[in-house]
Amino acid sequence: MAKRAIWGAVVVLLVMVSGYANFFVAPTERSMGEIQRIFYLHAASGWAGMTAFFVCFVANIFYVLGRKQKWDWIGVSAAEVGLAFTTVLLITGPIWAHPVWGIWWTWDARLTSTFILWMLYIAYLLLRGMVEEPDRRALLSAIFGIFAFIDVPLVFGAIRWWRTQHPQPVIMGGPGSGLEPTMRKVFFFSVLAMHALMVLLLSERYRLEKTREEFLEVQREAEVG
Amino acid sequence: MSLVSNATVLLGKELRTEFRSRELLTTTVVFILMVVVLFSFTFDTSSGESRKFAPGLLWLAFLFAASLMLQPCFLREQNNDTLSVLRLSVSDPFAIFLAKLAANTLFLLFTELLMLPVFSIFFNVPVGGVVPQLVLVFFLGSLGISVAGTALSAISAQARMRELMLPILLLPLLTPVLIASAEATAALLDPAHAFRKDWVAFLAIFDVVFLTALWLFGEYLLEE
Amino acid sequence: MSEPAGVLGIRFDKIDKRYGGLYALRRVSLEIAKGECVALVGRNGSGKTTLLRIAARLARPTSGTVTFVGGPAGDDSRVTPVGFVAHATMLYDELSAEENLLLFGRLLGVPEVSLRVAELLRETGLYDRRASMLRTFSRGMRQRVAVVRALLHRPSVLLLDEPATGLDSVSVEWLARTLRQLRDSGCTILMSLHSESEISALATRAVRLDAGAVAGDSATAGSVGAILSWSVAG
Repeated sequence: MAKRAIWGAVVVLLVMVSGYANFFVAPTERSMGEIQRIFYLHAASGWAGMTAFFVCFVANIFYVLGRKQKWDWIGVSAAEVGLAFTTVLLITGPIWAHPVWGIWWTWDARLTSTFILWMLYIAYLLLRGMVEEPDRRALLSAIFGIFAFIDVPLVFGAIRWWRTQHPQPVIMGGPGSGLEPTMRKVFFFSVLAMHALMVLLLSERYRLEKTREEFLEVQREAEVG
Repeated sequence: MSLVSNATVLLGKELRTEFRSRELLTTTVVFILMVVVLFSFTFDTSSGESRKFAPGLLWLAFLFAASLMLQPCFLREQNNDTLSVLRLSVSDPFAIFLAKLAANTLFLLFTELLMLPVFSIFFNVPVGGVVPQLVLVFFLGSLGISVAGTALSAISAQARMRELMLPILLLPLLTPVLIASAEATAALLDPAHAFRKDWVAFLAIFDVVFLTALWLFGEYLLEE
Repeated sequence: MSEPAGVLGIRFDKIDKRYGGLYALRRVSLEIAKGECVALVGRNGSGKTTLLRIAARLARPTSGTVTFVGGPAGDDSRVTPVGFVAHATMLYDELSAEENLLLFGRLLGVPEVSLRVAELLRETGLYDRRASMLRTFSRGMRQRVAVVRALLHRPSVLLLDEPATGLDSVSVEWLARTLRQLRDSGCTILMSLHSESEISALATRAVRLDAGAVAGDSATAGSVGAILSWSVAG
């Protein structure tokens, strides 16, 4: 219990320090001004989300091969946490875009691909909601999860390739593109903090799932016996 | 019996069943026609705009139609539990998927080719001279739709709300197919009649990737 | 793989089958010898269907193994030499009787399948109706076609899940005759039943399941009749 509390405190501290760095350590961007600072949160959340989805993918494979319930619990936890971070990316996008470029949404390659990614994992969670039997649910969602993840590079690739044929003004820029040294350091720290937060949320969610499923099992056994 | 011979026998059965009732083909063709007509109300079909929007809308119509047409694929095997006897009779469960995805590809391709002249007339887009290339693009696109769709149909057949679940699972997954097929089709219908090898190769890659995934994991979808 | 090498027995070793927290089968261990005709009895939900489907390799046990004993070495083949008759016919209504049988016969790799199908259809008296759509058949006739389907590849193990449900008395008689012939020719039979009938009278052994566990076995204690009547009353 103490270990969890300490770990939680460390993560919160990391996030707070990162936030401070985002606002006070990083220099103001030349053309966009203060609003650019949201980039540190935006891009770092994106990366943390992707890592979470990768964890989900690996968990899905382990479940299909070994059928140990814990992989199913890791999978759903990683998917939900990944979705949360991806949602942050999708919301901070417009918040950034509007003051700078005057538009709420831009169908740029990365944002569009991320939106599809987001929908794939929403579909994953919806599927889980539609299958009652736990072992079936775990297996079917694991296989869909695998299909969804292998689709991701194809989605990103297709959209990026399509964008090269139908170019739009580049507005959001890649992470690390044109970042001067201090900015780059602040960005990497932000990525670290977001990943630490991701791991914390994942483990807490896993705990919750494990407890709930174990309780339901005991309840079912009691009903029968 | 080998995978290929099992799949061929099963494909024969799928085709024979459909040719007798023709219910999948007729309803799918009518559905695509309806969607295309409705789409035509959303922009000015006589202007040059047509060539820009039309291929994308056509493929969207194919995708929607497929997400409906693929519903019965595994659902009908629940009648009389025929899925169980198929599993008992074949040497490799992948034969079941192979047969169904081949049948679905052929059905989709058939309806798409039937719609091509109608589409050409409605949107004033001449298709002469590029028909073989269009058939190739339609085939690769339909194969991609079928591979993913057959797999997902096996999944959604075991879920509640399956009529909505299949499109929800399938449509985002098929985004790359939509983009690649629409682009390749648009390039062919353009006055320059360009054959976009890059998009065609991309479709082929998509097909291979998902065929491999289905081969690796398909049997688990049929488990109890 | 479609020609069975010889009669086989079935060994269930500590089979567990769980459906979402509920155990349909708990540590079921059972050894069925070659050529035995076993009646599996028990209330609804006692696990009979699950056990049969696991034997047919349709369902995968949560833990434990099922093996066919006495077969060719390395019996891991997917096409196990079993015939399976269930309550559902496992036939396509939109195909004719002959088309159904030819389909499954070809998939199984039955040699000279057309001859085999014709022969079996004649034996069951359905040869004249062979080209009729299965949906036009009565339940009794459909079940006959289902039994034929199960016997196409001359299996050495026959699994039946409440095969007499919904059958008229003529069809039940026919089924009993057919099973008796198979039993006498050495086929291993495992059948689940929920009531006494001419079919249960064929059993050389009875096993009772209760809540997923073996609750009685005439091979260890009691007689076939005792176990059968016990379950009818309960």
